[in-house]
Amino acid sequence: MSRMNEYVNKERGMLFIPFITAGDPSEEATVELAFMLQSVGANALELGIPYSDPVADGPVIQKASQRALAGGMNLHRALRLVKKIRLRGVEIPIIVFTYGNLLLQLGRETFFREARENGIDGLLVPDLPFEESGSLAEQCKANGVDLISLVAPTTSEKRLEAIGASAQGFLYCVSSLGVTGVRKTFHPKVLSFLAKARRACDLPIAVGFGISSKDQVGALKGHADGFVVGSRIVSLIEKRAERLKKAETRAEALTEISNILKDTLLGNRKVVKKGERSTQNA
Amino acid sequence: MIRQQQIESEEKTENKGRFGTFGGQYVPETLMHAVLELEDGFNQAMNDHAFLDEYREILRNYSGRPTPVTHCKRLSEKVGGAQIYLKREDLNHTGAHKINNAVGQVLLARRMGKKRVIAETGAGQHGVATATVAAYFGLPCKVFMGAVDVERQKLNVFRMKLLGAEVVPVSGGNGTLKDAINEALRYWAANVEDTAYIVGSVVGPHPYPLIVREFQRIIGDEARRQMMEQTGKLPDAACACVGGGSNAMGLFTAFLNDPVTLYGAEAGGKGTETGEHAATLAKGRLGIIHGSMTYLLQDKNGQIIEPYSISAGLDYPGIGPEHASLAESGRAHYEAITDGEAIDALVALNHCEGILPALESAHGLALAMKKAKTMRPDETILVCLSGRGDKDVNTILKVLDDHDTGNERSGEA
Repeated sequence: MSRMNEYVNKERGMLFIPFITAGDPSEEATVELAFMLQSVGANALELGIPYSDPVADGPVIQKASQRALAGGMNLHRALRLVKKIRLRGVEIPIIVFTYGNLLLQLGRETFFREARENGIDGLLVPDLPFEESGSLAEQCKANGVDLISLVAPTTSEKRLEAIGASAQGFLYCVSSLGVTGVRKTFHPKVLSFLAKARRACDLPIAVGFGISSKDQVGALKGHADGFVVGSRIVSLIEKRAERLKKAETRAEALTEISNILKDTLLGNRKVVKKGERSTQNA
Repeated sequence: MIRQQQIESEEKTENKGRFGTFGGQYVPETLMHAVLELEDGFNQAMNDHAFLDEYREILRNYSGRPTPVTHCKRLSEKVGGAQIYLKREDLNHTGAHKINNAVGQVLLARRMGKKRVIAETGAGQHGVATATVAAYFGLPCKVFMGAVDVERQKLNVFRMKLLGAEVVPVSGGNGTLKDAINEALRYWAANVEDTAYIVGSVVGPHPYPLIVREFQRIIGDEARRQMMEQTGKLPDAACACVGGGSNAMGLFTAFLNDPVTLYGAEAGGKGTETGEHAATLAKGRLGIIHGSMTYLLQDKNGQIIEPYSISAGLDYPGIGPEHASLAESGRAHYEAITDGEAIDALVALNHCEGILPALESAHGLALAMKKAKTMRPDETILVCLSGRGDKDVNTILKVLDDHDTGNERSGEA
């Protein structure tokens, strides 16, 4: 069984998949943030690669990209940063979230070599829809990396079936139209959409875009297997960027973020560990 | 070169909306429904005679088409070579070829039942054209424009507001055209259900490069006929400026199967060796921008580089995918024209013919003058004069102040 299937499956309760940007605000901070997110009960980590033109992202993640780029982060460095994250003790699956052009320039061969050497489990390319991803999906399979697919409330039933049938890892369901970012409401058709997604895919379905509160997570219970949180976490990082950069104030800032996430979003989840098949994270 | 071949072999299995390796639909899933719906709506419209009749009727009675072809006798004599002919897109309503596409796409939006339109704009010409057609049909219109461009192009911002459009300054990224397109795509993703995105050039995900080409090909179709009438033969060469490349595709499409040499002028800015240019084909590498695989100005890691040109309408870091394909196959030839060469051509056209071209169009003219020099006087070269230069007077004034008078620069006695 792959690490992804071990940690991200329907028996794990409500799956929590956080997103952070690699190098935001520094490499050291990213390593510690990844470890902190595992300790508050993350089932997998999405590691965003900063890009100059992140067309699927709202203002919060755009700014995170700019902070990380200013620090010299790029796709190749981020892949190697995963090794440091592993050495720090992060065992949950790591999914690299990168725009297509960065992957194109690095080259797939280099990507898969680095993925193997550094312990990368998944790949998500937000601007590579199903129709453009055939050859990459095949290469991902051959290299033991899950290519994560997205579906949206506007995805036609025909496409939803095709995407659901070939999905790897889990199916990422976009809760609302538009870009990433915190929102109060979901798309009105979200629950019927999630029901369709469930029928179209045997893998866990996780909901993302706009999730920031316990109430929203509660509302998804019974309709989805998990949730992805990006902008909410990134904005907590943004407010503490300077303290996260400095070694002497980092631990305190991490504790603050961890407490806020527990209070407002997660409650008391258990750390997700290998082999424990019935972690009942609510 | 090895990398290039590797990329091509990796990508060639995906073929939808491609011009060879180039094009495609690299958009987030939230936009897939919209581009598929648009493709369907466009295909239906292009087979509907009533739709095409309405498009032509508006261009005739509202924009003033057909635009004339003008023989530049004095300029041709001065250059000393082929006869230079201009396709006068500057004489369109709103002063540029952009209106052709705006009319087509807004009509299409109406046919598809969309209630609002949005557009991106760099210099403001496409924004003005879209706001104009939106006013004509009474549709709400929102134009995304980089915050830096809003500052640089105050006159066009005012024109758009006067036309009833809302101008949204985009401060993300560098605050220029590419960021305006990013933001328009984001807004469209959030409002796809009732909003049409009117893309201004032959760029973006499929079907946009195709749609914009088909709504601009009237330029070349008319000019081909007019050249036959005026000279009794096809032109020997046709030339246009290329940013995204809509006026050039509009001109080239009519001549692709003819023995006509095609030239595209990219913005060479301060020189392609300086790093301050927008010469995508000369200096770019294969990449993905705004939903399309094409040549792209980018750093070694794949981050997009902000281009430069004296002409705000040419400083785009990518290029339309069909141009990338025509360059690769050798069917069209692309060369960089510097700011200085464009200004010289602009001054010469004023002095010899009494026409003030847009800075964008002056790039196409400058390349045509270079090529004319190498041709015989009984040969002809057709240039798309894509827009008029009134909007650029402030920029021109600054440059010519720096170099004494225009009279001296042009060498015109």
